[in-house]
Amino acid sequence: MTQENKYICELLYQLADDNFIHSYRGSEWLGLAPHIEEDVAFSSINQDTMGHAAMYYQLLEQLGEGEINDLSHNRSTGAFRNAILLEKVNGPGNYLEEPEYDWAFTVVRHLFFAVFKSIRLESLKQSSYEPLTHAAVKIHSEQYYHLMHWKTWFRQLMTSTEEAREKMEAAIHRVWGEFEGVISLGKYSQEISDLHLIATEEELRAEWLKRLHQLFTEVNFSIEGKPDMISGNGRNGEHTADLTEALAVLTEVYTSDEEAVAW
Amino acid sequence: MPEILNAEQEILRLLQGVTDPEMPFISIVELGMVDEVKVEDYEIFVRLLPTFSGCPALDMIKGDVIRKVKNEINKLDDSLDIQVEFSFNPPWTTDRISEDGRIKLKRNGITPPPVSHREDGAWEMDCPYCDSTYVTLDNIFGPTACRSILYCNECNNPFEAMKPVANIHEKVDVKW
Repeated sequence: MTQENKYICELLYQLADDNFIHSYRGSEWLGLAPHIEEDVAFSSINQDTMGHAAMYYQLLEQLGEGEINDLSHNRSTGAFRNAILLEKVNGPGNYLEEPEYDWAFTVVRHLFFAVFKSIRLESLKQSSYEPLTHAAVKIHSEQYYHLMHWKTWFRQLMTSTEEAREKMEAAIHRVWGEFEGVISLGKYSQEISDLHLIATEEELRAEWLKRLHQLFTEVNFSIEGKPDMISGNGRNGEHTADLTEALAVLTEVYTSDEEAVAW
Repeated sequence: MPEILNAEQEILRLLQGVTDPEMPFISIVELGMVDEVKVEDYEIFVRLLPTFSGCPALDMIKGDVIRKVKNEINKLDDSLDIQVEFSFNPPWTTDRISEDGRIKLKRNGITPPPVSHREDGAWEMDCPYCDSTYVTLDNIFGPTACRSILYCNECNNPFEAMKPVANIHEKVDVKW
């Protein structure tokens, strides 16, 4: 593999794995969302997001990284490049037993990521790697609706009851403590930006902060300083037990019955 | 050459019989999903544009295209092979839906997307039953990725609309 392709793949894994695990965590709300309309909307968003992951895995397949199902279902935890924030569980319990999921955390995590995803796509539309520009155009047209959806939830919960406000603020601080891991391009950040595959971390972070502060002003909230990555940098293969557990569930059918995959 | 041209037209005619499994009244041709049909060296090549990237119907549509085209074409020439590919370039947009397609959507209670996109992103969706403009958006996200749920306050019918998908940001330069 050429050196250039190595960096393209590195970025593609970040994009694919982010969307893959984010979609999975979202799908764990199926049947548990606050109301039926949200259940429909959230499912649709998760379905789109999984489609976005599949598009990026397809680009990896075209670069000879392996077959798309293997890329998503047959890699070890340490091979994943998603941000740690996106792999974190939705809350205590699990989907089948006493899921005490945190809706405020979900809304904040999804909104912050949706804002970043839009910025990232705007930048990818001008990537030096042409196949990535086509994928970005397609994904951006769908992402538009996702961002609108999470902004609505964010504004409403930030301006409703005192309890909601408290929960949302706690969630914001928690997500803030990890969000740098989403912005990070990992250990090859310099090479990735030098090849003009995407804007630099600094540019992405500055734009994200700008857009978030605009949203915060609307709901009379403010936060100081830069985001952090307390749990480590997933771009470099650092992950938590939450990802290992998620992958075990996600790949259960794939690893137990090869024929079932060919449906 | 005329033979090839005829073959391509014949394939396009057959594709008219392939429908969206979630909207069985409209064909993939009318939806604007067919980007290219080519016959070269005993191989038929069909390029399709997915509507939404996470659409679970894609594999079914692909299988349906292969089955329908093969069945008919093999009656004439069984040496032809067929290849179906999905592409995101150009991106599918709702202005690709044909006039026939728009009529069929409306007849089935789904308001077709607006022909032109408004600068401020606002939609204008009339009721497909009574044409009233007095409608409310219930949920942008409907039963499938490409549809939304609305309600008509005039004739009191719930209805669906196809989400407008335009390549709205393509020409915008990133300023940051």
